[in-house]
Amino acid sequence: MSAATGRRRGWGFVAPALIWTLAFFIVPFLVMGAMSFATLEGRSLIWGLHLDNYVEVVTRAYLWRAILVSLEITLTVTVVSVILAYPLAAIIAFRVPPQWQRLVLLLAILPFWTSYVVRSYAWLLVLAREGLVNQTLMNIGLIAEPITLANTRFATVTGFVHFFVMLLTLTIYANLVQLSPNYRRAAMDLGANAFQTFRHVILPLTLPGIATGAFLTFVLCIGDYVTPQVLGGNNELTMPQVIMVQLGRRADFPLASALAIVMMAIVTLAYLASARWLRLDRV
Amino acid sequence: MRTAAWLYLILAFGFIYLPVGALVLFSFQDGTLPVPPFNGPSLKWYAEVLSDGDVTDALLHSLLVATGSSAVAVLLGFLAAYGLARHVLPGSAVMRVMLIAPLTVSYLIVGLGLLIVLNRIGVGLSLMTAGIGHVVINLPLAFAIIYASMGAQHENAERAARDLGASEAKVVILVTAPMLAPAIAAAFFLSVTLSWDEFIIAFLLTRFDITLPVEIWSMLRSGLSPRLNAIGSVVFLISVTAVLLLEFTVLRRRRS
Repeated sequence: MSAATGRRRGWGFVAPALIWTLAFFIVPFLVMGAMSFATLEGRSLIWGLHLDNYVEVVTRAYLWRAILVSLEITLTVTVVSVILAYPLAAIIAFRVPPQWQRLVLLLAILPFWTSYVVRSYAWLLVLAREGLVNQTLMNIGLIAEPITLANTRFATVTGFVHFFVMLLTLTIYANLVQLSPNYRRAAMDLGANAFQTFRHVILPLTLPGIATGAFLTFVLCIGDYVTPQVLGGNNELTMPQVIMVQLGRRADFPLASALAIVMMAIVTLAYLASARWLRLDRV
Repeated sequence: MRTAAWLYLILAFGFIYLPVGALVLFSFQDGTLPVPPFNGPSLKWYAEVLSDGDVTDALLHSLLVATGSSAVAVLLGFLAAYGLARHVLPGSAVMRVMLIAPLTVSYLIVGLGLLIVLNRIGVGLSLMTAGIGHVVINLPLAFAIIYASMGAQHENAERAARDLGASEAKVVILVTAPMLAPAIAAAFFLSVTLSWDEFIIAFLLTRFDITLPVEIWSMLRSGLSPRLNAIGSVVFLISVTAVLLLEFTVLRRRRS
């Protein structure tokens, strides 16, 4: 067949997916962008190049505070998750016998596949006032009164960390088993102890994998609505919660769109800040 | 050192399985609160849940949306992967980026954009609109998985079929698709799992008929209940079944 007909056929194969992405992702995204510059007068929408929504984001305390809360929670979750997941991945990669590794890893990330809503509810069972932790602590006499665990930032962070420890264990493990054992042997032969080997050989080699996992954690964490809504309660709101408030109670699509654009801008900044360590092709 | 490692492993597994354990254990609670002390086991909450029309409807809706949207996503992803892997097209790098782009955006933003457009053009929300949203998020994954396994080694078989007089459609259906069956199945199972669990897009884009995660969400408002534990356990069981099927059939076969 000639190159021209081959090309036309090629287009025919790609076109359905491209049209779908264009119609249901790119166009909606552009409309959302335009919507963020529209403004509401009463109940009628006025298109244009208004900056009202963005001005509102920086001047209204409950809006910019949501950005700060989101950033604080996301950074805490990312750091804690990496610190907890790294040893777990290393133990599976270096201590568990090779023939068991795949099974142990599969078991370690099985609850990862629970739906967001169910997983958050399950943590509520554990952290509630009458929940598992409080009952256990009272039964063994450590506390006399139940302590407040649910509806706090601690609960939100715990729910998130649980999810991302599993995700990061997977990505860091994938990184660790790719390392040739020769690096470790060479370091040991040259007289490094276990800690020095880790600090100067293993850790630098796995840094790109950690950065990739951490970036993924950042992106997924900052955009999640369910976990802070179920576990954090309404004491402090994150960005996705504030967006949902605009959509639900007030039907303020322009402000919701502006907040979504700000959220995307933050993710883009995080990407640029970490781009030189990222190897996204390795995921 | 060695004991410390095993201790850490056990503690980590304790943390990972604590919420799921509490969920499943107290779904068998013989009482009205899913908290200690445990009385039971009793299956009454499962019986109640499975006889609740709203829940079973939502469960069927979820299965429908998950399988339907995954089928569409895998079909579109497969065709696009074939087109881009087997034909030299100008701008193919741009097209690949465009097809992957939805992966880089949070589900909330995908749902919000679609909601705004559907609102403007006056299309009512339904299981169909939620399904459209799920195709948007699963198409990039399906495309990437299938594209990655479109190795050049399959090209010879396709060429042979063409030389023997097969039409392009016959080549795709009878040669390429069967050779890529493991990747296609993996993409399909992964899409089903993700769509089955997905909440925020389904929440934004459905109205009267809702999916199971949205139904669970509305039940959450009334607080802790063994009914929710029972539903949650069923959802978890179905997800785990899909993942284990994937692990022990598709992935195992591919490695050997």
